[in-house]
Formats: sequence, C-alpha cells, structure tokens
Amino acid sequence: MSDLPVVPANAADLDVVGVRTGAFGSQTSGDTSGFGGLVSPIVMPGASVPPFGGWFDEVAEELALSLLDAGVSGAVEKIVIDRGEMTFFVKPEALIAFMTECRDEPALRFEMCTSVSGVHFPEDKDRELHIVYSLLSITHNRRIRVEVVIPDSDRHLPSLVALYPSADWHERETWDFFGIIFVGHPALTRIQMPDDWVGHPQRKDYPLGGIPVEYKGASIPAPDQRRSYN
Amino acid sequence: MSTTDFTNADLFAGSYDTTEGTVYNLGGGDWDSITAAPEGENERIVVNMGPQHPSTHGVLRMILEIEGETVTEARCGIGFLHTGIEKNMEFRTWVQGVTYVTRMDYLAPMFNETAYCLSVERLLGIEDQIPERANVIRVMMMELNRVSSHLVALATGGMELGALTAMIFGFRERELVLDIFEMVSGLRMNSAYIRPGGVAQDLPAGAEEKIRETVILLRKRLKDTSDLLVDNAIWMGRTVGVGYLDLTGCTALGMTGPVLRSTGLPHDLRKSAPYCGYETYEFNVPTQTTSDAYGRFLIRIAEMHESLNIVDQCLDRLVPGPVMVADKKIAWPSELSIGGDGQGNSPEHIQKIMSESMEALIHHFKLVTEGFSVPAGQAYVPIESPRGELGAHVVSTGGTRPYRVHFRDPSFNNLQAVSAMSEGSMIADVIAAVASIDPVMGGVDR
Repeated sequence: MSDLPVVPANAADLDVVGVRTGAFGSQTSGDTSGFGGLVSPIVMPGASVPPFGGWFDEVAEELALSLLDAGVSGAVEKIVIDRGEMTFFVKPEALIAFMTECRDEPALRFEMCTSVSGVHFPEDKDRELHIVYSLLSITHNRRIRVEVVIPDSDRHLPSLVALYPSADWHERETWDFFGIIFVGHPALTRIQMPDDWVGHPQRKDYPLGGIPVEYKGASIPAPDQRRSYN
Repeated sequence: MSTTDFTNADLFAGSYDTTEGTVYNLGGGDWDSITAAPEGENERIVVNMGPQHPSTHGVLRMILEIEGETVTEARCGIGFLHTGIEKNMEFRTWVQGVTYVTRMDYLAPMFNETAYCLSVERLLGIEDQIPERANVIRVMMMELNRVSSHLVALATGGMELGALTAMIFGFRERELVLDIFEMVSGLRMNSAYIRPGGVAQDLPAGAEEKIRETVILLRKRLKDTSDLLVDNAIWMGRTVGVGYLDLTGCTALGMTGPVLRSTGLPHDLRKSAPYCGYETYEFNVPTQTTSDAYGRFLIRIAEMHESLNIVDQCLDRLVPGPVMVADKKIAWPSELSIGGDGQGNSPEHIQKIMSESMEALIHHFKLVTEGFSVPAGQAYVPIESPRGELGAHVVSTGGTRPYRVHFRDPSFNNLQAVSAMSEGSMIADVIAAVASIDPVMGGVDR
C-alpha cells in the first residue's frame, strides 16, 4: 500500500472504515484489468444535517432536550440518516444516560431493545469495534439504531441489562463473538461457543477455518483461502 | 475427596466437595445412593434437562433447580446448534447468503430469506423496483410457511405435553405445505427460493390450482386440530395459566410474536411496518388477554386461518409478470429448467451464452462468480416471523460479499423468558412454557 493519503484533506466528514485496493480486490493472482494499482477508501454513510424530515427531527430534538435536562452534554457524536433508517452514534461514556432518556422520556418511549450486535472494522484505527443497538418504540411506531464506537485496545462498555433486561443474552453473544466486555452485566459468559473456547469468532482477525477439499484429483482451498473478489 | 464406591460405581455418579458443600452427581437409575447424603443438610437439587431430551423443543438444555416438584430457578443453556452461519456468509457472495440464512430458523426458511433479501434490497436501493408478482409470491410463500411453522409448534408442543394425536395431525398437515414448497422451489425445506431482487423461479404450471386445493384442505384439517384441542380439558389443564408473562414482562424482555400478542397488545410488523405490500391485504391480528400458554395456542390457531385468508388474496392477485428485478446487473442471469438429468440451466440460455453472445457469457460468468456489489452502509428490515420480530442487520462496505450479517432471531430473544415464565411452577409446566414460546434452536444458535 502506498503512503499517499487515501482521503483528501477536505473530506473530514467521510466515515472511512478501510481501504480497498485494485478493481476487484483479488490478491492471489495478477490483476490483468489494468486497475491493479487502484486504491479506494471504503466510506460508510456520513453524518446528516438537520432537518432530517419526518419523525426523525422530532426524535432528535426530544433527545437533545431530555439529555440537556439530564445534564448530559456531547453524548451524540453524529446522527446518520441513511436509507430511511436513523442511527445515533453515541459516545460510550454517555451510553447509559442516552439509553435511559430513550426509554423513559414519554415523547420517545423506546420500550424495547430488540437487538445488540457488533461489527469489527480492524483497519479503522481506535474505532475498530462498533456495537449496534436496535431500539423499538411500539407506542410511537418508531425504530432507531444506536451505534457506539470503541477502540480495540479498550473493549469495555457499560451493560444495558439493568435498563433493558432483554439485552442480557444479546450482550453475552456480543462478548462471545467480539470480546466486548459489558461492565455490570450479571453473568457475562459465553453463550454460543463452548465455555473454554479461545478467541472471539466474529472478529475479522479470527480465521474462518476449514480444510482443503479434494475433488477429482484437484485440491480446492478452504473458503477463506480461495481466490476471491471484494 | 471422593466418596465414590468403585465396586458398583456409575462412572458419572460421583461426588465432590465444593465451598458450598458436597455435590453429588447422579445419572439414571441410581437414586438410592443419594441416601448416603447426610440428613438435615441444606439440600439443593439441580436437574439438568436436555440438550438431548424429547421435550425440550430441540437441542435446548435447561438447568433447573428444584424443591420437590417446584422449580425455583430455571436457566437455559444454548449453543449446541451453533454453526457459524453469520461468519460463513462473510466469505460468500450476496446471493449465496440466501442459502445460508434459510438454514437458520429451519421451520421458517421463507422468513429468513425474506428478512435477508429485504435488507440487501434496501442497501441496493431497489426496494421500489421489486416486481409486483415477486412480492405476491413472497407473501404467499411466507403465509404458507407461517401455517407450516405454527403446525409444527402445535405438533411438537402437543407431543411434549403427551398429546400425540396433535403431533400426528400437525406433521400430516405440514406435509401439505411442504409439498407446495417442493413444487415451487424444488425443496421442502431450506429452499433458497427468495433472492435479492425477487424470487428464484416463477411458479410452475399447476401451482396455483394446487395451492387453492391445499388451502381448502388445510381449512378442513385445521378444524380437526382445533376441535381436538381447543376445548380439551386435559389440554387446557396443562396450558391455562401456565407460562404466564404479562405485558410489562414482555416489554422488558423484548418479547414479540404470539407471546406478546397473548397479553392483548396487537403488535404485528405486518401492520405497523408493512413490507412486501402487506398494507394492501386484509387480515386481522388475533390477540388474547390471558398471557398464558393456552392464549398463545389460540393465537396460533387463529393466525393460521388469517394466513390462509391472505394466501387466498394472493392467489386472486397473481397476474403474469416478471418475478425478478429488471436490473440485469443484479438479477440472476439464467433461468432454470428441468432437463432429462435433473434441474439445470435452460437450454435457451445455454444456447445464448455458448454460441450467440460473448457479452452474455461474460455477464453470466461475472455475476455468478464475482456477484454484484452492494453500496456501503447498513440496513435492518424486520419482518413478522411466526415467532416474532425477525430481522437481518446487514452491513456492506461496498464489496461483493456481506461485511457482516447479524440475525435478530425471535427465538433467541424469547428464550430469555423461560426463567420468568417457569420459576415457581412445576417441572411439567416448564415444558408447556417452553413449547408456548416455540423456540427453534436453529434460529437461536445460528
């Protein structure tokens, strides 16, 4: 990879999570497309600016107001409206305060935390691990996503079990698969993998595994070792 | 220190000391040896139920602490069916992903496929371009699948409570639905029929008549099942008031589906966040207010009838048209046909790519081996599966493979309620409570 800056200096708002090289990303043989030297950033949808339209504005305003009332400032890093879905990027230290307002404020009333999971971006320095919560308000028929970004070097996050008991197993699974330690969880043990398993399988640095397959004299490598695009 | 007497010892029935006292392990048939335990000591009996147990609804392990016949603490152990589907999908193309997700909740494959495809379609920005016929077929397949899934819920639930006739009835009727799946997709289960952009194949000739006939037959047979159980004193004795979880409990534990609707809240994603055109169908959301296993059973019976009504509406709407999105950069290039040696690409397509159009061959090769790219971003489109909210959180970084797919499976979430539903009840009621949640371990463990 070259040392040239991949992202122009004036593009600070872009959410770059990685870099893709070549036209096809195939690493195992020569790239005959002529685009082998291509270096392109992987950009996730960036921050949106109000007005967002629809009920998004109401939720954003109510949340800002109730966080202000609760004396919490700077909780929300950015708000992303993409493909009709609303995502709040929340700072880890403000997660509990943020979620408390989401649940308790009558104008918001997100009664259910339906899901917790993780995404691992190993190339995004100090922002490697994203923890994604899905909140549902049956009262207002709304759904938001709350995303928390933490560095791989400090994989701690407060547990939501006291607020949303349903987060119990979801957090255990996120610990199991990504190694994120939910501080305050009543029993943060592995849930899908055996208790004595080493490693966290959904992390990108954890190999898929598998063995080469012999077929009619030829040997086909394991799925993660094959020539591939992407 | 071990007190095992090796002269007539069971290898798995020893004892050992812990900080909380001596722990005696017992296997089967050696209950007499426990009389060796000192009298008057504070006694806790922990019973391990499953994972290989005919009444635990699959490979579910339950760790029950009991006092006599009363359960004081119930915990679930899961993961016995974990196969790393989500991880595997990161190494396959977007279309191949369908083949994986269909194997998660194996009783509701059409729902897994639809949840995944809807999220991928939202990422692709082609939600509005899905042909009408494809949407109608999707709805029809999902509703038929809801019937077959609820039938298994009744069948296995009935079997676990000793109602073996219910099991025979349930599986017999389910077979009728699976016959339709086989006719339409080629496979009874795990059909990988619903694909990003539409469905894999149009309905074969004669499918509509067969579905019509099956719906009539199912209505008649469903009546047999409900006649057998609805007012059955034994069935009611086992389920009324059992597995109680009220609305507060459901909300705290994130319960959806029949469990939530048994508290009287008519929350159904087909109504509150319609997809695949559900807003244009007429159907009711059955609810009960008993918050117990019997209420959930009644809801499932009523939902099957509603589903059959929706299938009827689908059949009336089926008009000829495409079943795959028009964008040739996404749609699968070939049509399948049944040849003399089984299923394969249609002869016309082979003729075209092999001897008429070099570009068509390149296009076919690129789409099949490399697949299409999906713009970077994330999407979550939940749908109402037979067990509740099912959704795929799909993350793309713009490549030809999913970067991360997480399935929010209702069984996984809902199993958390086993403790709340069964602590303080009899051991036998734990079985009824679990059966009323209707967890499918393939979905729980993924």
